[in-house]
This record gives sequence, structure tokens and C-alpha cells, in this order.
Amino acid sequence: MNAKLPENIIRDKAECLSRDELTCLQTERLHDTIARVQNVPYYKEAFAKAGTSAESIKTLDDLRRLPFTTKADLRGQYPLGMLAIDRADVLRFHGSSGTTGKPTMVAYTRNDLVMWSDLCARFLTAGGLRPEHTVQIAFGYGLFTGGFGLHYGVERVGASVIPAAAGNTPKQVMLMMDMQTDALVCTPSYALNISEFILSNDIPRDALNLKYAYFGGEPWTQDMSDRIESELGIACFNNYGLSEVLGPGISGECIAKNGMHISEDYFIAECINPKTLEPVAPGEEGELVFTSLCREAMPIIRYRTRDIASLNPEPCKCGRTTIRMSRITGRSDDMLIIKGVNVYPSQIEQALLRVEGTAPHYQIEIDRPNQTDVATVQVEMTETAFSSSMKEMQELKEKISRAVQGITGLRMNIELVSPNTLERFTGKAKRVKDLRREKGLI
Amino acid sequence: MKLNQLSVFLENKPGRLREACDILAKNNINLITLSLADTEQFGILRLIVDNSEKAKSALDKNGFVAKITEVIAVEVKDEPGGLNDILKVEEDAGISVEYMYAFTIKSGENAVLLFRFDDMDEAVSALQQAGFNVLSSKEIYQRATN
Repeated sequence: MNAKLPENIIRDKAECLSRDELTCLQTERLHDTIARVQNVPYYKEAFAKAGTSAESIKTLDDLRRLPFTTKADLRGQYPLGMLAIDRADVLRFHGSSGTTGKPTMVAYTRNDLVMWSDLCARFLTAGGLRPEHTVQIAFGYGLFTGGFGLHYGVERVGASVIPAAAGNTPKQVMLMMDMQTDALVCTPSYALNISEFILSNDIPRDALNLKYAYFGGEPWTQDMSDRIESELGIACFNNYGLSEVLGPGISGECIAKNGMHISEDYFIAECINPKTLEPVAPGEEGELVFTSLCREAMPIIRYRTRDIASLNPEPCKCGRTTIRMSRITGRSDDMLIIKGVNVYPSQIEQALLRVEGTAPHYQIEIDRPNQTDVATVQVEMTETAFSSSMKEMQELKEKISRAVQGITGLRMNIELVSPNTLERFTGKAKRVKDLRREKGLI
Repeated sequence: MKLNQLSVFLENKPGRLREACDILAKNNINLITLSLADTEQFGILRLIVDNSEKAKSALDKNGFVAKITEVIAVEVKDEPGGLNDILKVEEDAGISVEYMYAFTIKSGENAVLLFRFDDMDEAVSALQQAGFNVLSSKEIYQRATN
């Protein structure tokens, strides 16, 4: 039983500009952005290294002569090397997890926060949210951009927010029933959790008033979406964003549910072959690259997201003219998203280096039993680390677990395995066994 | 007074214990006694064998992690309260048992128990002072082969 789709309402005129109008707007805003990044020593140097001057960027095609910005570049500027304004003008900081245990910090001015709310309001409106609705936000609030981004977006629409934050499923469901929540914001895997709780407790569907859900924060499949829609009888809408570029609000689905409309008045999207760095043909899969056009605190030029998707320039039947991106189908690096947290396999290696006597041979296995991600690190036993005492062996596991948690922020299961049993690879080691992908869960 | 024990790391996988025993058999190692401590994910096989060094190198060569640790063997009267007497001595000396198991052989009318204590030297002297017979490895091997 799927819910009825909402009426198609387009919030901003900018979503329906002709390509010429949009190009004009983008070009003008690109010039402003290039001027703004001249305040950032990193960009000045990067432009010079690439042999490009700010003045030589005239048209949108010229953008391709500018260097890419990568996560490693941002990490090199930790914490605030990418700031393009006076720190006194920053209103808010957020951060995303990095490979070293230190987050990548992002900053927002008042205008940035207004833009962010507007962009979230834009995709929420496209997905049916109206001022009379009540929205329950079951995202984490904190450095993570999901909670606050959506929170202000919902308020911008004029709807009411229940900032339930993540976790405590019985309480989430109680609030959904008692407050007659119209829409839910969370990760799709958490929505499955909620759905399972509702079904297993025989909560009748008419006790709930839920109509829509807005999902982000992790990749998910069409199957998962279909399952949630039929179990809860609601319409689910996908949205996309990453904190390095803004947070949620870069793109979102309309009622046609055939790709996420990118807010091109605020971002230039490119899709490249991650090996050759050349653009791929429209409709072909590649790595998404974004340039922000209006961000003040931390403008970003050609950020390589490592997210693999395709772009569809065809006009949508909803009337919006903006380019649409497909759902994310993979990564061009080895980053994993576990319980919504970004994890790089190299972090596990760093953690093991901190525990005396452990070998650098490890494998991470990720599964999603009962809709919750479970990560297990298998570590090869060595003679140095081995002890005949069970207590010492349990302490070793605990020590490894704490080291892994210290770097990734996640509690993982630790399994000790026989030496030489984990596969050895010539060239790039394959450390990851993602059963979620093998089972079609992501 | 101390005895060499061979500990072997065993991942909980079917056939892993048999594999270790097979290597020992092929190398003509005689098992005098053993104990297996396990968790749901891995186990520790503790062995007293007639030649620990040879057994370790055979296991090493075959991809096992093995380690030699010292334990002590104590004679105890085979009657109710026998073990209790030993534990009392160590408790009074403030020494804890990490693990223990038993020999299948007897020393006359007495049973022989194996201990790993957190302080091995203190444990031996406490037991000897209390009049217990702590067996040397030579005695153990002699009795095992008789």
C-alpha cells in the first residue's frame, strides 16, 4: 500500500530557468566565487600551480582549467585554512569525519545558513512538505550536517519540527503516534528499524499519520525504498549533500522520483571519469564534482566527492529544468559509510599500529542484520600478542576495539584469526568485505 | 621447578584442533596432558608435551601461533579438600590463579595439578613452604613414560 504522491509545488523560480538564463546566472556567480577564493592562500597557490589566473576564468567552460579540490587538500588545511572570510563573521561550524580521526571543519556565515535553509526547504517542498505538517527529525544533531540542515529547512518551509534526534525507536514511534507526525527525516536504514518496530508491535496503520519520509546520509537501494514505502504506506524522497560542499540540500527528488534535482543556481555539477579526470557523457556514470557558487565562509572549487552517480540533463516532467543526478551507486575511493559515519580502511591500520604486537593484516566485514550496520575487524594473531591467559587475550581484543573506536568513532567487533589466513593481495590490498553490497542492501 | 607449557592459538573453525594434533602426531610429539579454553570466537589450547621446543617449531612452520609459557605441577592428596589446601596457601600469599588443569597421571596415591599463577616464583615458594611437593619437569616426564 503506497501513499498518494503530493501535489507538485515548485518553490523557487530558479528551479525552472532556461539553460541560457541559468548559464548567465552561473557565470556571474562563478566570477564572484573566484574573486572570493582569492582570500584563501590555499586557492591562490593551487591556481598558480595549475597555471591559471583568476582573471582568465570567463565562461563556464573555463572552469575546467581550475584545479580539483580533494578531501586530502581540505585535511591539509585543518582546521580553518579554507576560510575565505574573517572568523568573526562565522555563525556556525560543522564537520565531517576524516581519515585521521580529525574532522574536516566547515564554516557558515549568516547568508550561508539562509541559503542552506532555503535549499533544504526547496527539496522538502518538492517532496510534498507543507507549512501545516509536523516533521520528526531522527538524524543526529551535532557536527554532522544532517540534523541541523534539515531542521532549519523544515522551519523555512513553515512546518513544525520535532527534533527527536537519532535513536530510541520506541520513543520515536510514541512521538509519531501522539504527535501525529506527517513526515520523517532519517537515514533509510533507521526507517527500516522504525518500520520493523511498528510491524512487530502490531501498531495499526491508522494510529499513525505518516505520509512522507526524506532520506539521506547514506547510500540506499531502490529495493529498500520500495520496502519502506509499502510497509509504512508512505512516499519516500531521496536527497543528497555533503558537508564539504554545504550539507544536505545540494539535490533532492521531486514527485516524479526519477533522479535528484541539483540546485544549479547554487552549484555547478560535473561528472568525471575518476581515472582520466575527463568529463563523461551525459547519462554515463562517473565521479561527481561540485563547485559552490554562493558560499561565503568556505567556497569550494571543483570538489571531488568520490561519489559515483550519473547526470541526466533531460527536462523533468515536474517542470523543473535543473539537471538530475542518479542515486549514488558507489565510491571512487575506499570510503565506507557505517552507521552513517565515514570510515576509511586505512583508519583500521592506524588503530592496529597503536596496539603493540598486532599485525598489519586485517579485514573489515560489514553486514546489516536487523537494519543496523555491524562492522567486524578481523586481526591476525601474532606470537607477540598471543598469551596463554584468556584474560590477557580478552584485554587485547578490548585494546584493539578501543583503538579502532578512538580513530573511527565506531565500536566494531574484533575477531582474532589465525596467521596467514586473511587474503594477501599483490598491489592494492582488498581489506573490505561489504556484505551489505553483496546482499543488495546498499 | 617450573614446567614448560605450550599454548596454541586456535581460531574457532572446524578442523583447526585436529589439524594441530595432526602436526604434533606427525612430529612424534607425545601429549602428556592438555586443556582447552575457549570463547565463541577463538580458543587457547594448552599442552604439556614431551618436547615443547620441537612441538612449537613444528606448529610455527605450519602457520600456527604457539608460545611456551611456564606452569607448575603440584602433587595433591587425592581426597576431598585436596585442591582447597593449595588454593588456601596461594590466597594467603595474595597470589591469584590464572588457570589450572590436571594431569591424567598419578604420583603414587596423589593427583597432580597444573597451575598458572600471576606470580609464579612467589607461588612456588609459598607452596614449598607449606610442604607441598612441586614436581620438576624431569619427574613429570619420567612418570609419564613409565
